[in-house]
Amino acid sequence: MKILVPIKRVPDPATTIRVLSDGSGIATDNVKWVINPFCEIAIEEALRIKEKQTGEVVLISVGQSTWQEQLRTGLAMGADRAILVKTDAALDSLAIARIIAKIAGDEKPELIILGKQAIDDDANQVGQMVAEVLGWPQATFASKVDITADKISVVREVDGGLETIAFKMPAVITSDLRLNEPRYASLPGIMKARKKELKEIAADSLGVDLAPKLKIKTLAAPPKRQGGRKIASAQEMVSLLHTEAKVI
Amino acid sequence: MGDVLIFAEHQGGHFPKATLTAVHAGLDLAKKRGGKAIAVVAGDAPEAAAGEIAKYGVAKVIALAHPALKNYLADAHAQALAALAKKEGAEFIIATATAMGKDLFPRLAARLGAAMASEITAINDDGTFVRPTYAGNVMATVEIDGPIKVLTVRGTAFDAAKPGDSAAPVEKQNAEIDAGALKMEFVSFNATKSDRPQLTEARIIVSGGRGLKAAENFKTVLEPLVDELGAAMGASRAAVDAGFVPNDLQVGQTGKVVAPELYIAVGISGAIQHLAGMKDSKVICAINKDEEAPIFAVADYGLVADLFKAVPEMTEEIKKLKHS
Ligand SMILES: Cc1cc2nc3c(=O)[nH]c(=O)nc-3n(C[C@H](O)[C@H](O)[C@H](O)COP(=O)(O)OP(=O)(O)OC[C@H]3O[C@@H](n4cnc5c(N)ncnc54)[C@H](O)[C@@H]3O)c2cc1C
Repeated sequence: MKILVPIKRVPDPATTIRVLSDGSGIATDNVKWVINPFCEIAIEEALRIKEKQTGEVVLISVGQSTWQEQLRTGLAMGADRAILVKTDAALDSLAIARIIAKIAGDEKPELIILGKQAIDDDANQVGQMVAEVLGWPQATFASKVDITADKISVVREVDGGLETIAFKMPAVITSDLRLNEPRYASLPGIMKARKKELKEIAADSLGVDLAPKLKIKTLAAPPKRQGGRKIASAQEMVSLLHTEAKVI
Repeated sequence: MGDVLIFAEHQGGHFPKATLTAVHAGLDLAKKRGGKAIAVVAGDAPEAAAGEIAKYGVAKVIALAHPALKNYLADAHAQALAALAKKEGAEFIIATATAMGKDLFPRLAARLGAAMASEITAINDDGTFVRPTYAGNVMATVEIDGPIKVLTVRGTAFDAAKPGDSAAPVEKQNAEIDAGALKMEFVSFNATKSDRPQLTEARIIVSGGRGLKAAENFKTVLEPLVDELGAAMGASRAAVDAGFVPNDLQVGQTGKVVAPELYIAVGISGAIQHLAGMKDSKVICAINKDEEAPIFAVADYGLVADLFKAVPEMTEEIKKLKHS
């Protein structure tokens, strides 16, 4: 089975993010860049499916040249080849989804697996948009994927419990946190990755409408919460919650 | 121009608080943009629920009916809502960022060729919106171009709409769905069994973290406090990953975002991903044995103590308070 896995480069989740004083962006000087954690889970799931059934795992990123780094890491985890759709422009989710759908049109995968959200813009949009542009079924927030013959059943993390839906391929799946635990790239994996194909395509050569309709005007830090007061005992805590905060 | 279509998500005809926050935001948006607020309730027989939401201040309610809308599935719902939004000439379509809203609205936006702003927390007078990014550490002001704009709201950022004395007219419409294009099948829903309030509805939440050490301790140590307070129970990712509690109790950047009157964090360190889901709570209380734990920086009341001692003490103290 051929599986396409779109991935994004984001700041390491442990990074403390600081907004530039003019609100034009975030300070990137001490930022370590990594594969978005949910995308890592998507890669892992694709690799596990491939290991059970044979096939090919193709990574795709829509971004700048520097994103090669994360694609190489994905190749080192075990993906077979990668495509970087190069652009320096700030694209919105719909433009990115259209690019991925366009590549899917050429690559013809049976499955596209993405992360449910990127931990930088926290939008949670691209997977669902790709599914609609292609007219494919979607299973977002997947915590379990079962594949039989040409049918897939997916357990989804939703409000109040777990939902199971099913459909035929081709289809789009987005990963939740507990779908799997991603592997680390092994040393031989890293060596092999250097020789794997990483193709670059210019985003504006694809004939896709890239003009962003969602524009970021400015960024700001949120108001800071004033905490830090320490209480001596459980008894005093309850008393204060009752008499001072009046919440119990 | 300026009309707002509000997708009123219901649970078997009942409207959770989360839905009422989207109604509130939709009413506010319509007022600011000089348009009408229209609620839409989808289902195989949505009339009764539509009659219910008609009391919440909207100009009209559309009961959007189709057999394919019986169980929620993204493809059928996106088709039906996109066709309706065009027919009604709405400029905005809005829902709450619940699991359903998050699943459906990006698909709907793509179908409409529209841009979407996820989980907005403010509607500005100049036409822009504010939304949290980077686990709530960066607030982005965004602008959406195009004749139709798609939005989800963060439930904790808006009040719930309140019912009035009069009810808006309900108009039944048959949804336009190309049944041949539907490819998804609903199999089952396995509900988390609990008699406690839902996280996004609760006035008080008590959350446990890795510090609880075992599923058993959630039962014997944390639950008595939860139930004494009539609270909802939440958890950190570490507690969920360890299998102590079900997945849908996770509070945080990638779980539920909550803002109750009182949030009590027990044995939770306060990683940014957890803070992203609870730092807008009115009062925050933390119990942790490590005085350096970051959770204390956002806590109004912090107790440096062993939770296995402090939590039962708190439970006892609250019992006494109730009987005094
Ligand atoms: C992509 C991504 C998404 C994430 N999303 C979320 C999310 O949505 N929600 C979330 O919560 N996390 C999320 N995380 C994880 C987050 O980074 C933390 O790892 C997690 O919140 C830690 O959980 P914890 O505080 O329970 O555990 P720990 O950080 O291990 O903290 C346990 C705490 O318990 C205290 N403790 C231990 N024993 C006792 C005792 N006897 N008495 C009192 N205190 C005690 C310790 O001092 C410690 O502070 C995410 C991470 C990533 C990378």
